[in-house]
Amino acid sequence: MNINATLIGQTIAFIVFVWFCMKFVWPPIINAIEERQKKISDGLNAGERAQKDLEKAQQEIAEQLKEAKQQAAEIIEQSKKRGAKIVEEETQRGHEEREKIVASGHEEVTSERNRVREELRKQVAVLAVSGAQKIIEREIDKDAHSDIVEKLVAEL
Amino acid sequence: MISGEQTPTQYIQHHLQNWTVGEGFWALNVDTIFWSVLLGVLFLWSFRRVAKKSSAEVPGKWQCFVEMLVEFVDNSVKESFHGKDKLIAPLALTIFVWIFLMNLMDLIPVDWLPTAAMYGGYWLGFVDDPHDVYMKVVPTTDLNTTFALSLSVFALIIIYSIKYKGMKGFAKEMTLTPFNHWALMPVNFVLESITLLAKPASLALRLFGNLYAGELIFILIAMIGFWQLPAHFAWAVFHILVITLQAFIFMMLTIVYLSMASSEH
Repeated sequence: MNINATLIGQTIAFIVFVWFCMKFVWPPIINAIEERQKKISDGLNAGERAQKDLEKAQQEIAEQLKEAKQQAAEIIEQSKKRGAKIVEEETQRGHEEREKIVASGHEEVTSERNRVREELRKQVAVLAVSGAQKIIEREIDKDAHSDIVEKLVAEL
Repeated sequence: MISGEQTPTQYIQHHLQNWTVGEGFWALNVDTIFWSVLLGVLFLWSFRRVAKKSSAEVPGKWQCFVEMLVEFVDNSVKESFHGKDKLIAPLALTIFVWIFLMNLMDLIPVDWLPTAAMYGGYWLGFVDDPHDVYMKVVPTTDLNTTFALSLSVFALIIIYSIKYKGMKGFAKEMTLTPFNHWALMPVNFVLESITLLAKPASLALRLFGNLYAGELIFILIAMIGFWQLPAHFAWAVFHILVITLQAFIFMMLTIVYLSMASSEH
């Protein structure tokens, strides 16, 4: 255990080892570690970001869905209302139409009846006149007694 | 115990003897250098494999482990050292892993490698007597290793001091603290020098002391016969803490010393 030339040998060995380590061992390893650390942190960040995006998208989807449902409900409500209105309107229109038709029928019937009555009256008058003429052919002058006949016709 | 012919003293001494080639100061502890370089190469080779393949893709298991270590060291450096520096982090990683691996040799049962070396050396014909083979497998129980590390750190402390504070700033710090008066310059210089020199000395001696003591206890346990088995186990479990802690302390103190050197007080 004396100090001897081994000291020099060991020193040289030590210097060579440190030099080698500094040149060829340390840099690649520490670079790889740092690179990987960066990669991992990037990956973690990306994952976090994706998670947030996903949450946002889901929230958006939920909102849109809610909106769509609301819209659909509104549309259905509207169409129901419109349907009801249409039915009501049509019913109303039908009623009116019917009444109109009925009224016009009545009118027609009335006017026809009047016309027929008029005609009948005229024919009856003619018939009465001709009958009377035949009966009292000799007694009555058509022109002299026309006012009496007229009165008679009006009474029919 | 490996041999009945040895007395306990001989056994312990045998275990604490380095395989040395050469004489005097120029002697080399072959075992220390062999094991430390082997472990250093193992460390760099296995980490280099990860570094070559490393990418930001999904990592494999070994890559995960290496990256865990790298990140741990990187965090330790970032906590203490403010500013950009390309050297400190890899330096800290090398110190931590290399020292840890060298300390880890302590957990290999204390007789295995020396015994293998003994008979291997004998059979290969290097020695006439197996007991002439010495093999200390824990490089950090050799002061040469711990001082090589701490003196390198010491050199870096001085380099960083000059680099960040300039020659003048460093000289000022050495002479004008803690007493800011020109007459006390020599006193300051002595105090600051001691502070400065205590750093590498404490680094080296702390590591060496812990590991040497641990090794010695393993050796002592190895001599108590059958009951060494549970005792070895217990001490090894405790020692796992020590070897990791010592590697960590060395690394942390290096970072702290260098960050102190590179910032104004």
